[in-house]
Amino acid sequence: MSKIKLTTVTFKGTAEQEKQLRAMLNEEKSGAHPSVMAALQKAQAIYSYLPIEVQTIIAEEMGVSLEEVFGVATFYSQFTLNPKGEYAFAVCLGTACYVKGSGEVFDKLCSTLGLGDGETSADGKYSVSATRCVGCCGLAPVMTVNGDVYGKLTAKDVPDIVAKYKQA
Amino acid sequence: MFRSSILICGGTGCTSNHSQEIREEFIKELKEKNLENDVAVIGTGCFGLCAVGPVIIVYPEGAFYSGVTTADVKEIVEEHLIKGRLVERLLYVDKHANSHVKALSDTNFYKKQTRVALKNCGVIDPENIDEYIGCDGYQALIKVLTEMKPQEVIDVIKASGLRGRGGAGFPTGMKWQFAANQVNDTKYVCCNADEGDPGAFMDRSVLEGDPHAVLEAMAIAGYAIGSHQGYIYVRAEYPIAVQRLNVALKQAKEYGLLGKNILGTGFDFDLEIKLGSGAFVCGEETALMTSVEGHRGEPRPRPPFPAVKGLFGKPTILNNVETYANICQIILKGADWFSSMGTEKSKGTKVFALGGKITNTGLVEIPMGTTLRQVIEDIGGGVPNGKKFKAAQTGGPSGGCIPAVNFDVPIDYDNLISIGSMMGSGGMIVMDEDNCMVDIAKFFLEFTVDESCGKCTPCRIGTRRLLEYLDKITTGKATMQDLDDMEQLCYYIKANALCGLGQTAPNPVLSTLRYFRDEYEAHIKEHRCPAHVCKGLIQYKIDPEKCKGCSACSRKCPVGAITGEIKSPFTIDPMKCVKCGQCMATCKFGAIVKE
Ligand SMILES: Cc1cc2nc3c(=O)[nH]c(=O)nc-3n(C[C@H](O)[C@H](O)[C@H](O)COP(=O)(O)O)c2cc1C
Ligand code: FES
Repeated sequence: MSKIKLTTVTFKGTAEQEKQLRAMLNEEKSGAHPSVMAALQKAQAIYSYLPIEVQTIIAEEMGVSLEEVFGVATFYSQFTLNPKGEYAFAVCLGTACYVKGSGEVFDKLCSTLGLGDGETSADGKYSVSATRCVGCCGLAPVMTVNGDVYGKLTAKDVPDIVAKYKQA
Repeated sequence: MFRSSILICGGTGCTSNHSQEIREEFIKELKEKNLENDVAVIGTGCFGLCAVGPVIIVYPEGAFYSGVTTADVKEIVEEHLIKGRLVERLLYVDKHANSHVKALSDTNFYKKQTRVALKNCGVIDPENIDEYIGCDGYQALIKVLTEMKPQEVIDVIKASGLRGRGGAGFPTGMKWQFAANQVNDTKYVCCNADEGDPGAFMDRSVLEGDPHAVLEAMAIAGYAIGSHQGYIYVRAEYPIAVQRLNVALKQAKEYGLLGKNILGTGFDFDLEIKLGSGAFVCGEETALMTSVEGHRGEPRPRPPFPAVKGLFGKPTILNNVETYANICQIILKGADWFSSMGTEKSKGTKVFALGGKITNTGLVEIPMGTTLRQVIEDIGGGVPNGKKFKAAQTGGPSGGCIPAVNFDVPIDYDNLISIGSMMGSGGMIVMDEDNCMVDIAKFFLEFTVDESCGKCTPCRIGTRRLLEYLDKITTGKATMQDLDDMEQLCYYIKANALCGLGQTAPNPVLSTLRYFRDEYEAHIKEHRCPAHVCKGLIQYKIDPEKCKGCSACSRKCPVGAITGEIKSPFTIDPMKCVKCGQCMATCKFGAIVKE
């Protein structure tokens, strides 16, 4: 598994979010097969990431240890312990994209934004990640920004795309 | 009644290319022209030709338009739908015929395929159960529940010769029989929609294009083995597939085709969707079950096999999406029909996701026994840009690379294994002369190192050591002894890893070693990467004949490695060069070369 990067951002969860979280956990607990993983998925939908504060609540409510929750949270790549940037850039490093040069696209993105894989800029605006196949292999190489897909890219296209979001 | 219908691909490739906006534009345009009651606009699943998307088909003519944009909508409505004239310029160009082709079925890409699992993909609206029912949907379930005993269902599946499409090719009927033989009140039917092979999207397309086929087949499996609850485990990266599955589930329950007392036959079967969260190992059957239970998705030792003790400790069957997509048709058309297709030991068809250096990237379904040549040249349209084919990779991180010498081997489970690869779930990535095979092996090893769950040592540590050898080779620091040691390590990992992930992790290395040993040796003995890919071994040079001395490259160079006098040839200092390639991208005269 890849390195675990712990966040340095202070937790800013609201009372409303916590209410949602507890309601969700109550529902999850009452099901036939309560699942820590499902709880984490729903918690991430509420907070957009999984700070240790949220994991602690999950552990208490589900009656399991924090280690167990942390273990699940760090096992799956979709779970993020770091808040993602306002604009989340992700380059596909799946096979179809890789053989068509997505590695170079990724390097270019990192150097353009000055960020590495899994990092978020200090102002919280941009984040970079490498993803697995997003299922648009016909458009390889592919990059996504908050779900918008850019296909058939070369490294040369990257600065323009980044500039678009810098202006936004 | 509609006089025409417009089918717009709503698969992931085309959706990313704004096919949803095109659909809205059509609806708007038709409304303006008061044609909304004459022309139907239907969103479908993947047509297969993702490379030329977004694609649409207009019936009754069957005109196949590719690369459509919202700006083209008005013209299609005015010319085609009002005046009845095809919009020539948007018709798909067939590379073989070198001309515009009217219908999808006339393309070479389509003609050589046989569609079973993809029968309804790109044909029906996946979000409308009535269209599925209109194409014999749920007939197989009705037949099974009203006319057949559970054992008869299993016998038909056995006789058809269907083997699992998820990779290993285990006979499906036999798997069902094991679970049916268990005496237990609670059993489970699971569907593996984790599709972890990076570069494969067959299962996704089936779920997006024909979700009911999977639901129906799972209910049939439930009846056959005596289970009343199923789970579909889907990758979180597939939001459209999840949404369509949810819609399909809701509709099937409303119609009484799932849930309690299905169609009054007394048979109960319910289904639930479980989301993955991005872990390749969760495609492995025991890990998948641990993950459905909500834990870290680590595999469990077998035996006990899932058919005996699976999900929540109960007898469980797990099948792949495409396996299920074949079931209903086998029930309706019979085992003989199915087994008439394919080779002696591999019956039916197989869907492949064609990708990489190939003209027609997309989805293809071929009878087992089709040769690689037919897939790559006839259907795939060959390697683009006049480059030379080097290898086709199948089986993803567990598979291997097939070189051109095996072009005429009929594709089936056993042949692929004997040439050092495997069927896998159906990713087929084509590589040309610009791809370095050592680099590709390294790419897959990076993947497995990243995805190894860490439970067993041969995989956790062994794959890391393998990657270190590959690193040494690609940076020119390895010896021939390292190559031998690396090969030894491969066999050790295969023999000792706990689950399929580790046991197959060395395959990309072994198969490239088998067919492309010369490339490995060039890296080691000559410190040379024949395909000019491995950064540690290439050098950028300026051809003094071509250089005009414009200084553009030297201004771009981030490390100041390029110097020279204006109007005379510049030079690159290899000690400073970081091989970022920006100079090459900048030079307008093609004076910079990689060696
Ligand atoms: C590491 C690993 C990953 C796998 N990934 C998948 C997958 O993504 N999809 C799949 O259907 N089967 C996958 N399999 C195969 C499954 O373990 C299992 O054999 C299959 O789902 C059984 O269904 P079938 O008999 O219908 O093929 C994987 C196996 C291993 C060892
Ligand atoms: S490999 Fe990149 S989208 Fe499939």
